[in-house]
Amino acid sequence: MGRSRGDLLVFVGKRLLQLIPVVLGVVTITFIFTHLAVRNPCAVWSGPHASQSTIKQCIVNFGLDQPLLNQFGTYLQNLAAGNWGASPRGQPVLPTILSAFPQTLELVLAALFIMIVVGIPLGVIAANRSGRWADHLVRTFYLSGWATPTYLGGVILAIAVGPFLGLPNKSNFTSTPPQGWEIVHMSVLDAMLHLDLHATVDAILHLILPATALAFINLGIATRMTRGSMLETLPMDFIKTARMKGLSDFWVLYKHALRNSLISTVTVLGLTAGSLLSTSVVIEEIFQWPGIGAYAFEAITGYNFAGTIGVVIFFAIGVVAANLIADILYGVLDPRVEWR
Amino acid sequence: MAAEPETKEPRAVEATPAKKPAGGLRLGVRNFLRVMRANPLTMVGFVLVLIITLTAVALVVVPPIAGAILGHPVMLTPFDPNAPDTSSCPVINNVTICAQPPSAQHWFGTDNLGRDMLSRILAALPLDLFIAFSVAGVALLLGGSLGLIAGFWDKPGTIGGVVSLVIMRLTDIFLAFPSLVLALAIAASLGRGTGPSILAVMLTWWPFYVRLTRGEVIAVKHQPYVMAARAAGVGEWRILFRHIFRNILEPLVVYFTLDVGTVIIIFSTISFIGIGVPVDVPEWGNMVEGYEKLLLTAPWTVLAAGGAIFVTVLAFSLLGDGLRDILDPRSRRALTQAAATTSVTAASSSPEA
Repeated sequence: MGRSRGDLLVFVGKRLLQLIPVVLGVVTITFIFTHLAVRNPCAVWSGPHASQSTIKQCIVNFGLDQPLLNQFGTYLQNLAAGNWGASPRGQPVLPTILSAFPQTLELVLAALFIMIVVGIPLGVIAANRSGRWADHLVRTFYLSGWATPTYLGGVILAIAVGPFLGLPNKSNFTSTPPQGWEIVHMSVLDAMLHLDLHATVDAILHLILPATALAFINLGIATRMTRGSMLETLPMDFIKTARMKGLSDFWVLYKHALRNSLISTVTVLGLTAGSLLSTSVVIEEIFQWPGIGAYAFEAITGYNFAGTIGVVIFFAIGVVAANLIADILYGVLDPRVEWR
Repeated sequence: MAAEPETKEPRAVEATPAKKPAGGLRLGVRNFLRVMRANPLTMVGFVLVLIITLTAVALVVVPPIAGAILGHPVMLTPFDPNAPDTSSCPVINNVTICAQPPSAQHWFGTDNLGRDMLSRILAALPLDLFIAFSVAGVALLLGGSLGLIAGFWDKPGTIGGVVSLVIMRLTDIFLAFPSLVLALAIAASLGRGTGPSILAVMLTWWPFYVRLTRGEVIAVKHQPYVMAARAAGVGEWRILFRHIFRNILEPLVVYFTLDVGTVIIIFSTISFIGIGVPVDVPEWGNMVEGYEKLLLTAPWTVLAAGGAIFVTVLAFSLLGDGLRDILDPRSRRALTQAAATTSVTAASSSPEA
C-alpha cells in the first residue's frame, strides 16, 4: 500500500463497498422504527372525521393490510426503482428530496465557511494565549455557541436581529429570477455565474442569518480542534527556529504553526456534517428555507412515513459520504498517511 | 496486589502519598483542586452544576416530605407554575396585558397568562435534568458495556470476535444516522409525548459510547501492566474490571459530563418541534416554542426559558471541557505551567513544573 493514484482508487472503492451494508442497515432500522410503532397511519392521514370505508380504502391503497415482510419488500422495490415511495398525497419522495438538496447544501457550505473563517483564527488566538484571559474568553464564546439551543438562536436571529438589521426573509426575495435562471440551484452561486452583482448581494443577505445560526452551535468544534493541535505544534523546534529567525508573530502562527495544525481540524469539520444536517431541520423550518430540512420537518410532523424514511436514509448517506471525504482529505493533507 | 498502573499522572500521587486520591478515579480530590485553581471557568462550571443539581433534587424531594410534616401542601417555587393569574393584569385600551416585565415580585416576569416565569422554569428543571441524566446514563451503561465487550474480546476467529464484529457493524450503522433526525423520526412514530421521545433519544444515543469505550479499551489492553497481570495469572474478568475498566473510566466520565448538556439541547429541540413533552407540562424546549410569538412584545418569556437551557448546558460544558483539558497531556502541560506562574502552591504539587 502506498500513495499512488491507484491506491487511492482502491481505497475509495473499498469504502464505497463498505457503504452497502451500512445503507441496508439504515433502511431496515428506519423501516422497523416507523412501521412497527404506528399501527394505523391511515386513521391519521384520513383525518378524525373519516368514515370507516375511507380508512379501509386507504389501507388497501397503501398495502398496509399486507404482512410486514411484504411491505418491506415493496418498500425495497420502490427504493431500487428510484422513487423511494410516495407521500400520503402521492408526491414521490426522492425527486422532492433531490430538488430540495441544493438549497440545503448551500446552507451547509455557507455554515462551514463561517465556521472556518471565524472558528480557526479563534483557535489560534486561544492557543497562543493559552491559560490567559484571551483563552478563557474564546472558550466561553465557543461554549456559549454550544450551549445555545439552535432553535433559540434561530428564533432570535429570525424574529429580532433580522428585522432590526433589515435583512430579508427567504419568502420575500426582492426580484423573482427569470425562468431558466437556475444553473446549480444555489442562489448565491447562480447569481455569481450570471455575473449579477445585485442578485448576488441579495442572495448573500438571504443566506447570512440561517447560515450564522447553523454555524454558531458548531463553531466550537473548529476552534477546539485548532486550539488543541496548535498547543501541540507551538512548543516544537521548527516554531522556535522560525521565531529566532525574527519572523513576525503573525507569520509564525498562521504560516508555520497553523499549516501543521490544520490536518485534524479539516477532518473533524467533515465529521460535523451529520450535526449540520440534523440542525438544518430546525433552522430551515424557522427561516422558511426551502431545503431538505424543511421537508423533513413537514414529513415528520405530518406522519409522512415514506418521506421520513427517505430523509433519514438520504441524510445517513450524506453523513457517510462526508466521512469518506474527510478520510480522503486527511490523506491528501498528511503525506505520512498511506491509503489502506 | 499493587495494581496502580502506569497512568498519565502517577507522580502526583507518589509525591504526596499521604493524600492519596480517594476512590477508583485517578482524578482525585487533589488533582481536581489543582485544576480548579488553574482554570477558574472549570470552577464556575462545577459550582453551577452543583447548584443546579441540588435545586432539582430539592424541588422533587422537599415538597412531599415538608407537606407531610407540616400537614399542608408546600411549594418551593414562589408561585404556582401552572395556575394562570389574570386577576392582577392591567387593562389598557380594553386589552388585558398579562405578560409583565421582570419586577421585584416576579423576578423573570410573567407570561401571557400571568404565570410567574421563575416558577415555570424551576418547575421544568427536575424534568429536564432527569431526562438528560437518564438518557446519557443509559447510553453510558449500554454503550459502555458493548464497547468493553467489543474492545476486550476482539480476537478474530473466536465467538467473542464474532460478537465484537456484530456490535461494531451495528454501531457503524447507527453512527451513520444524524441522531436528531432519527430521534425525531422515532419520536414521531412512537406517538407524541414525554415517554416516547425519551425512548427515541435513548435509542439513538448509545453508539458513540461504544466507539469511545472500545477505542480506550484497545489502547489500554496492550499496556505492559496488563500483560504483567496476565502473566501473573490474573483472571480475564478481573483484568477487565480491575485493570482496564478502572483506567478507561476517566474519559467516559468526562464525555458523560459534556453529554448531559447535549442531551438537554437535543431533547428540548424535539419538544420545540412539538412532538416531545406536551404543551401543558412546563419544559424548557416547549416553553421557547410557546413563547416564540412573544419575542418582540415580551422578550423576557423566551429569554428566561432559553436562558435556563443556556446556563445549564454551559455549566456542564464548562465542567466537562475543563476536565477534558487535564486528561489531555498536551493541554495539561499548558495548564499546569499557567498555574505555576499564578500560584506557588500549585507549582509545588505539580509534577511537571
